[in-house]
Amino acid sequence: MIPADPKAVVIGASAGALEALTSILPTLSKDFRLPIMIVVHIPPDKRSVLAELFRAKSSVEVIEVEDKEPIRPGTAYFAPPDYHLLIEDQETLGLTNEEPVLFSRPSIDVLFESAADVYGAGAVAVLLTGANHDGAKGASAIARVGGHVIIQDPRSAFASAMPEAGLASCPDATVLSLDGISEYLRRIG
Amino acid sequence: MIETFEKVEDIEIRLLLEALYLRYHYDFRNYATGSIKRRLRQAREQLGFATISAMQERALHDETMLPRLLGYLTVQVSEMFRDPGYFRAIREIVVPHLRTYPSLKIWIAGCSAGEELYSLVILFREEGLEDRTIFYATDINQDALQIAEAGVYDVDRIQLFTENHRKSGGRSSLSDYYSAGYGRVSFDRTLRDRVVFSDHSLVTDAVFGEMNLISCRNVMIYFDKALQDRAVGLFRDSLARKGFLGIGAKESLRFSAHADDFSEFVRQEKIYQRIGK
Ligand SMILES: C[S@@+](CC[C@H](N)C(=O)[O-])C[C@H]1O[C@@H](n2cnc3c(N)ncnc32)[C@H](O)[C@@H]1O
Repeated sequence: MIPADPKAVVIGASAGALEALTSILPTLSKDFRLPIMIVVHIPPDKRSVLAELFRAKSSVEVIEVEDKEPIRPGTAYFAPPDYHLLIEDQETLGLTNEEPVLFSRPSIDVLFESAADVYGAGAVAVLLTGANHDGAKGASAIARVGGHVIIQDPRSAFASAMPEAGLASCPDATVLSLDGISEYLRRIG
Repeated sequence: MIETFEKVEDIEIRLLLEALYLRYHYDFRNYATGSIKRRLRQAREQLGFATISAMQERALHDETMLPRLLGYLTVQVSEMFRDPGYFRAIREIVVPHLRTYPSLKIWIAGCSAGEELYSLVILFREEGLEDRTIFYATDINQDALQIAEAGVYDVDRIQLFTENHRKSGGRSSLSDYYSAGYGRVSFDRTLRDRVVFSDHSLVTDAVFGEMNLISCRNVMIYFDKALQDRAVGLFRDSLARKGFLGIGAKESLRFSAHADDFSEFVRQEKIYQRIGK
């Protein structure tokens, strides 16, 4: 299941995110050509260290997003705490302060839905471990426009609720282990 | 089929925004698309319209739809002393410069229900600058401006406000400035003595006096890049020589066409200074 013309990868993760992302991001080479937008649930009052942490471990560029950040290939973009991250158009990222969705800001649904709007069938969504249902609605929005949805195998996920909810709303999604996901990304990017 | 459906929605949104502009002169046409889409979808669902076009028809013929739509189209999330580090930087780094002026003008653009305004008035009172200052508080949402003028908030927000105030280096107790009752707190009316409230849009309205400090936080994130450039240009032209501009924690002038007219004054807190002139 390789998408014909992938344009961007969007990733959502919650409980267990750090470990899961650690087995994905550092495996991508610096020639990886797709942009990667990432929402991880983080407490609003915390200064996020995710970008710094992964910058040190990864060959792709890693950035915490500021409003209107330009989208570049081979770059991983983390949503900052307390803001939703949206894709505005194929060149630009945006942030907003709107109400939390399912108690989350940033919200995976918000990111995924904007990816469906902007990239259509070129969107590749990856839904990882988590203990809530964020991302399920967004994943089905991506499936609806013909994009690809990859879901971490709930059996091997640190917290299975989020991938399970994703599968319930996207029964046709591809289910992979973390190693499978990183191999898949290396093939498409 | 699916592709067509998405495009139809884009067309509907454009037409609705055009309708709001032509009919009421509210201009959301250059707001950031992602967030406008989300909020119009929300409005359509919650107000019970089958399509965005149906909502547009009603908006054209029924004036009571305007405030309701504005409630969706403008995001009113705010706090007092939101991002305490910003207010600490104003207090410790900007105020010493402002002290050297005999009179001051401060503009809080996109003041929402007044949380940011009262934060600055209290800060200026604590620093002994209130008496020489005029505060201009502007927004396009009248409902929000009305709350700002009343200075009344739900009591369950006050704990966060108090904590933020303390973290911002507050020299007094926030409780000195409000009285509580019936689940609400009302801020002291004397805090409004030096404040001018007004309905002003960063999209359609003009330059606003010779400001020493403009605080416009989390407003321009709702604009697209072209509109941000307009707003930042407006701020540049509204600032006095060496005036200050403070924006939101995750906003930046890096991507602005007018970046060269400002220097980073407190980089970490997104406080800029007008250069040149
Ligand atoms: C998220 S609130 C920010 C409140 C406050 N400045 C803060 O940072 O906490 C955004 C505000 O911008 C206002 N706004 C939106 N478009 C505007 C415009 N064109 N001109 C002035 N204010 C606008 C909204 O009505 C809303 O009150």
